[in-house]
Amino acid sequence: MQLRVRALETILTEKGYVDPQALDFIIDAYETKIGPHIGARIVAKAWVDTDFRHSLLTDATAAVASLGFAGRAMHLIAVENTPQLHNMVVCTLCSCYPWEVLGLPPVWYKSAPYRSRAVIDPRGVLSEFGVTLPAETEIRVWDSTAETRYLVVPMRPDGTEGWSEEKLASLVTRDSMIGTGLSGVPEVAS
Amino acid sequence: MNGVHDMGGMHGFGRVGTEPDEPVFHAPWEGRVLAMNRAMGYLGLWNIDIGRFSRETLPPHVYLGSSYYKKWELGLEKLCVQFGLVSDDELAVGHALHPTKPVKRTLTAAEAPKSLSRSSFERPASAPAKFKAGDRVRARNINPLSHTRLPRYARGRSGVVECIRGCHVFPDAVAAGKGEDPHWLYTVVFDARELWGEAADPTIKVSIEAWEPYLEAI
Repeated sequence: MQLRVRALETILTEKGYVDPQALDFIIDAYETKIGPHIGARIVAKAWVDTDFRHSLLTDATAAVASLGFAGRAMHLIAVENTPQLHNMVVCTLCSCYPWEVLGLPPVWYKSAPYRSRAVIDPRGVLSEFGVTLPAETEIRVWDSTAETRYLVVPMRPDGTEGWSEEKLASLVTRDSMIGTGLSGVPEVAS
Repeated sequence: MNGVHDMGGMHGFGRVGTEPDEPVFHAPWEGRVLAMNRAMGYLGLWNIDIGRFSRETLPPHVYLGSSYYKKWELGLEKLCVQFGLVSDDELAVGHALHPTKPVKRTLTAAEAPKSLSRSSFERPASAPAKFKAGDRVRARNINPLSHTRLPRYARGRSGVVECIRGCHVFPDAVAAGKGEDPHWLYTVVFDARELWGEAADPTIKVSIEAWEPYLEAI
């Protein structure tokens, strides 16, 4: 594939359609700047700031824009987990994912096993991620069929009262914001 | 089209395989493919759904047998040929052989930061929304040969409108070369038993985002 991709880039560059420096910029942005740490900061802020949480759940695009990250997260929808409801995100048709707040999706998110099973057997999928929810918990699967994108706001772990946003953000995993994981449990309750 | 990309509810693909500490890209060429797709999209010749349709129309065995970024490379090559930007003989030799086709704009290094933000797909509405939150609707049983974002598992199934998301560019029209033809977009929630039968887990609900032409009132 490397040769095939290089051939296409050579043609497109020779014809002036792409600027290799622009490509370098995009790659660097996703390798070093845009990733799940952004989503984790958003979630942590929602945990400690009631007004921000309300804004995030009302209009996530506007709420996230107010924080000044690199890319504008257009048509973003934040959905909140509760003891009664667990949210989980998939794109059965392709690979839609909230890139601006989570970075590029992991391979499993784009894979046939996840895309095929998330909508018909979400509990089975969750068990493969080590997540077992109470049998009565409602599971809501969001299939990203349009240009709307979803960010799951996981539940704040117990024992984190008084923690700083920064410390809380360290507990928020990528998978917990997709809905295939739960937010981390603090090692030492303080 | 009823392609293999429409995977919701299919069996046989096995367990979800995760990779601890997964790198952003597994090889440098993957990043080049991603960035080329972004830069070529910036030309404005095609939109996201035309790009999707290019990948969906890869032969089924190619689609299923290719990694994600390989599909993106193959899809981009198809688009470049389809829009007259690159020809097959150029792809064969790996160099430009023919004159450049004029384009409105290209993504320069200075403008590259712009490409990190998605543009809005919301458009002014030409008519009021037909449905409101709480309405019961049925997803139409359509089977177009062209691009659609109504997954097969929802077709013919009844659900409830949960929310109106605004009036959005209609993928089916754009990919068919009929312009943006914006329509109201709704979140529609289905009970798992409606989708998968009475034996399904009653605590599970699945929602899709459905444009108004996908829906009929019950």
